[in-house]
Amino acid sequence: MTSGDPGPILGAAVGKPGPVTRRETLAAAVAGGLLLSGRHVQAQPSRPAEIKVGIATYLSGPASVFGVPGRQAAEMLFDEINEAGGIGGVRVRPIFVDEGPGVDHFVGEYRRLVQSEGVHIVFAAISSGDCLACTPLADEMKRPTLLWDCGTQRIFEENRFEYSFRTQANATPEVLSALLYLLRAKPDFRSIAVVNQDYAWGRDSWEIFRTAMQALKPGVRVSAELFPRFGATDYSTEITRLLALRPDVVLSTSWGGDLDAFIRQSSDRRLFERSTFVLPLAESSLERVGRALPAGHIIGARGDHWFLHPGPKDPALLKRFTDNFRRRFSSYPIYPCHHMAQAVFAMKAGYEKAMAAKGGGWPTDAELAAAFRGLEFPSLTASVRIREDGQGLENQIIGTTHHADQYPFAVMTDMVVFPAELVTTPVGMKSADWLKTLKPEIIQRVPQPVAYQP
Amino acid sequence: MSRAREVVLVLGAAGLVLAIAWFVPWLRFVLTIALAKGLAVLGILLLLRAGQVSFGHALYLAFAAYAAAFGAALVPETLILLPLAALGAALLGLVVGLFVVRYREIFFGMLNLALSMVFYSVLEKFYAITHGTDGIRLPPTTFAGQVLGAEAQGWAMLSLALVLSAFFAWLMRIYLASPLGQALAGIKTREARLEFMGMSARRVLLSAYVLSALMAGTGGAVLGMTTRHVTPALAYWTTSGELVFIAILGGAGSVAGPFLGAIAYELTRVYAAALVADAWQMILGFVLLLVILFAPGGLWAIGRALMGGRRQA
Repeated sequence: MTSGDPGPILGAAVGKPGPVTRRETLAAAVAGGLLLSGRHVQAQPSRPAEIKVGIATYLSGPASVFGVPGRQAAEMLFDEINEAGGIGGVRVRPIFVDEGPGVDHFVGEYRRLVQSEGVHIVFAAISSGDCLACTPLADEMKRPTLLWDCGTQRIFEENRFEYSFRTQANATPEVLSALLYLLRAKPDFRSIAVVNQDYAWGRDSWEIFRTAMQALKPGVRVSAELFPRFGATDYSTEITRLLALRPDVVLSTSWGGDLDAFIRQSSDRRLFERSTFVLPLAESSLERVGRALPAGHIIGARGDHWFLHPGPKDPALLKRFTDNFRRRFSSYPIYPCHHMAQAVFAMKAGYEKAMAAKGGGWPTDAELAAAFRGLEFPSLTASVRIREDGQGLENQIIGTTHHADQYPFAVMTDMVVFPAELVTTPVGMKSADWLKTLKPEIIQRVPQPVAYQP
Repeated sequence: MSRAREVVLVLGAAGLVLAIAWFVPWLRFVLTIALAKGLAVLGILLLLRAGQVSFGHALYLAFAAYAAAFGAALVPETLILLPLAALGAALLGLVVGLFVVRYREIFFGMLNLALSMVFYSVLEKFYAITHGTDGIRLPPTTFAGQVLGAEAQGWAMLSLALVLSAFFAWLMRIYLASPLGQALAGIKTREARLEFMGMSARRVLLSAYVLSALMAGTGGAVLGMTTRHVTPALAYWTTSGELVFIAILGGAGSVAGPFLGAIAYELTRVYAAALVADAWQMILGFVLLLVILFAPGGLWAIGRALMGGRRQA
């Protein structure tokens, strides 16, 4: 034992008796300066100088393929709102936080956003784990929170929250629409194999798909259930196995670098020629994989997010957004950009509804939160309604890949826009139970596909 | 250093933590997390005395956090849950320890790493039970039979973390001063001599290993009950690496080092993240590099130099 007292924490000046030296004063000043801001009580509900919006997104790690475009869309839309005079005359300012380091860091960041930055509203998050962790926190801290991108259906099916609202769909409609599209486009497939990332989403989405498939088309043989490591770069084993098994359909809900690698390697080994692929998240990879993704396979976009949407409610809005985004960031906006736009539009509509209800007065946190329940707001392609349980009702687009001359990557043809009510679990039911009650007649209610228009 | 002076220092440090948490409310959570990690790092420090680095102590952190998460549904009482979870981790430490104390240095480190990754995979793959990477949420727990509000619960957890930190730091000092603790240094220098003296090196290391698992478990239980959401990432090797890193940052010379290191690490991380959301890793990396290059004894060594240099404690 050479030394050892569980001693001072931040500077040398702590707890030491005797006269205060200059060095100690300096240390104390450094320690004090480290703490950027102090305790403050938020004034309510006077009109603030600006609306501060805390936005949780992935700025590092694999999911930054979604997080960074999401942030870019937010920056662009916040600029547009401010140019147009803000919300109710108040400017908006985004404060981004990185979800990369994991849930315990994010929970700390959420507190910092609310208690130190004093944000008025939070957009959280891409990770389902982060959403699950922050929804009870939102109720605890009484801060309106919009779940802008996370997929898990558990949130509003297992709990009721007063301050959290989802401005998009969840895993159930996203996966179910892909299945319905498949059942309609290729009704006589007999075997299926799944290649999903080995983590919650990969497992959850297969569970949803399989449950619904057993209800709608019992007797399909599951040739293989493959769950390669999250972040895997080599799929040669999986592809070899699939080449040998020859399943009619290959399902993969993978995304990001995993999906890119899987598509490229499957393309190199001509797996696409043997099986029909169903890739519900492929829209976000199209530009990166280019022509490696052949025509004739089923892809989706976690909602009705597609820059060539066959029937957008406001074509000018979608075109302006797509063009501006391309001009500013040199890429096509992918689904997280649409999800971010929905959160921004929902915030704007929510504030306006709450202010209208108060005769133009500025709403309190509780009044703002109440405004989101039942709110209907525009999306880039249609509109979204937030149900009484907080879940958003969002349409889903699924299409078949098609190679067009104008684009160096696959685009969609035979697009089906599924109405949200058809594919979303009703209020008060759990997805697993609801999916079991599905009847094959639902396939007849699927709208007609719309072909690609050059 | 006199005993009274040490007590004053400990109380002063605890007072400072409470003061920061009072004036900057959002830091209360960060400080609780830092103290919880400090507890786990204290366990790593103990093994460092024997010259062994465990790259898998996140196993005990995660085990206790999950034990608390599952246990909270059955026994929603913090003061029962926490010791149970920590003891569970210590028991696991005993079982694992029986195997790993046969190995030294890189083999010891890697075996620990492997076992923690096995646990990570178990948490991730037993999806129906653990909800995989989405993790599970801890239901609210009572504190000494009282149902506390969010604010009071936060203070209770911070105070509990402070008390536990002081207690384990004190326990560790006693342990290190005891023959068992002194024998750890023997393992580091020359194990054969220890055996000639009639002491079993394996038993010495096993006792230290179990104690370190207990401390990591305590830290994990506090961590789980503070974030109230546990994910398998707690058992991932990066978490273990983080703990070893904090041990180096704080300095291995003192039981204060882990807490100093953990608080400095967490504060650097949150302020770096607040300052530049997309390059905070770089700032953290620079701080670490600077400490390694210019203060190999860690923050504790810097602190001691500032406090009057060569005085022997």
